Amino acid sequence: MPAAPPRAAATSSSRASAPEEPPARKLYRSADGRLLGGVARGLAGHLGLPVIWVRMVFLILFFTQGLGALLYAVFWIVVPLGVGGTAAEPRSVFETSPDGRRRLRKPDKGQIFALIALVISAATFIGSVSLGRSQADRYIWPVLLIGVGVVLVWRQADNARRARWAEVGRSRRAFQLARGVAGVALVGLGLAVFMVVRGSAAQFGNVLTGAIAVMAGVALLAGPWLVRMTQDLSEERLMRIRAQERAEVAAHVHDSVLHTLTLIQRNADEAGEVRRLARAQERELRAWLYRPEGTGKDGEDEPSTLAEAVKRTAAEVEDYHGVPIEVVVVGDCPLDEKLAAQIQAAREAMVNAAKYGGEGGAVQVFAEVEGRTVFVSVRDRGPGFDLDAVPADRMGVRESIIGRMQRNGGSARLSAAPGGGTEVELEMERAE
Amino acid sequence: MSEGVAAGSTPGASDGEQPGDGRRVRVVLVDDHRMFRTGVRAEIGRTELTGVEVVGEAPDVDQAVTVINATRPEVVLLDVHLPGGGGVEVLRRCAPLMGAVENPVRFLALSVSDAAEDVIGVIRGGARGYVTKTITGTDLVASVFRVQEGDAVFSPRLAGFVLDAFASTDAPPVDEDLDRLTQREREVLRLIARGYAYKEIAKQLFISVKTVESHVSAVLRKLQLSNRHELTRWATARRLV
Repeated sequence: MPAAPPRAAATSSSRASAPEEPPARKLYRSADGRLLGGVARGLAGHLGLPVIWVRMVFLILFFTQGLGALLYAVFWIVVPLGVGGTAAEPRSVFETSPDGRRRLRKPDKGQIFALIALVISAATFIGSVSLGRSQADRYIWPVLLIGVGVVLVWRQADNARRARWAEVGRSRRAFQLARGVAGVALVGLGLAVFMVVRGSAAQFGNVLTGAIAVMAGVALLAGPWLVRMTQDLSEERLMRIRAQERAEVAAHVHDSVLHTLTLIQRNADEAGEVRRLARAQERELRAWLYRPEGTGKDGEDEPSTLAEAVKRTAAEVEDYHGVPIEVVVVGDCPLDEKLAAQIQAAREAMVNAAKYGGEGGAVQVFAEVEGRTVFVSVRDRGPGFDLDAVPADRMGVRESIIGRMQRNGGSARLSAAPGGGTEVELEMERAE
Repeated sequence: MSEGVAAGSTPGASDGEQPGDGRRVRVVLVDDHRMFRTGVRAEIGRTELTGVEVVGEAPDVDQAVTVINATRPEVVLLDVHLPGGGGVEVLRRCAPLMGAVENPVRFLALSVSDAAEDVIGVIRGGARGYVTKTITGTDLVASVFRVQEGDAVFSPRLAGFVLDAFASTDAPPVDEDLDRLTQREREVLRLIARGYAYKEIAKQLFISVKTVESHVSAVLRKLQLSNRHELTRWATARRLV
């Protein structure tokens, strides 16, 4: 049998106390395909032995004064439930047949053999016990009952722990509840039988009253403390989450804002540089604060929508030329090749506006997606310029803006904005 | 923190260049940052020069309502994010003052946030305009006077948000809500969003400045639709709220 193969990511990333990397050969009880506590399967995985061997060893040890059971119980308590052990295909009592109906799974041969062996050995055990000492004979059934009940409840606790790793369906939960109740009932029944056998059933009523009284007393005394403890626990968790968030904000402020402030202090005499730094920082912080998921930092990838691209381009030009650019975007659409060309043209226009019209105040960029038409306007309040007066060998406007738009099936228009300055209007039809 | 009355309200003639031609406007500043209040007061509060008289300040919602009721200013410069419920709460509790027949109090939102929900929220609450804190002192004074006259002040960003809100990106244009903005109103908003001044818009569209102003006021009125229910649906559908 193969040694523990890596399991699905969902389970391996569980909150096991072991270090995550590398998958240490630490002893865990197996959560999958276990019969009782998953001890045998876990041990088998750890030792690299077939499960059946380990099980047989436990079974054999069981006959030596019940040592196997004791050992098993100790393992169960001490070893944490986790990922490990030999692989077992997810198994349930039912299987879903191709026609969609659930029916009892056909047990495979090994399983049947193991079960028969188990029953036979248990029978011989009981037989040998009851043959010899008739005194112990009377206790065997209550002890067995209690044992089974305890096993049920313990497995339940394991499952409760596992439920935190993987959400369990509603029906499963009902099933688990039933199992827990059954376990408790079995233990209770076992204890009752025990008392009957011991002949103390006569005082059953008294004992029961006494027991209930004691339990009520304990509940009264410890109840408030327990409630308080759970409250404290949840409160502490909340605080921890808050502290984490705080730390994240602090880290961001430290990374960006503080650094910028330091730079500003150092460059205090250069108004332009200070303004540039402050604006860049403002933009970044704003993106970080107001973006839906606060993922302002990982913005390294290429923008995929028009609005993003326009804002990114404006930010870059703003940073580079130190002229504030105000961006207003109405509507949005995915970026395609033609729009990318339009963005390039817009960038050129922004650079021109920042270079030649920056003294008049902020450059204004307006982009609008209306239906299939994408319109971008870039305007400045500088001195303005006359396209005809620009020498023919200056390619900036003619090629980078007008030519590029026309090559991609759009149009560009330069005009003197009313009230001074220049305005570049770019219009493009979307591809789809 | 309390309503410190601005010093030096000498009734002398002011510079001819300021928008009011000797008119005065009484203003209350509501902002939880004292530094910012002080800065704005220093920038616009020199009454002889600007015609703006800062008659009170408040750092939170409760004090704002008290100060506004006590001083009855003409214009309130209102921050959007305030302790005690935010600018929207101030607007809600001052609604009677806004609707007053005589000397109505007008609100101009002044915020560092340019998130759409903040902007649309205060406009819907009854603010007559919205400017961001990066505005220059001169522009702020001009905006205050415009608001005082009952006009709306739309920054390019605000115009962008409104256009965005009314624009239908995927829905077919049978949406009745779309009819709420006429073609002309949208044209005006678009030019505002492109950074045009009202005067420039008038020149561009061959209409008078007054007409531009009335278009903008109409847009504002439509934003503050009385039918709250419809409005909520409208805003939710566009993920503005």
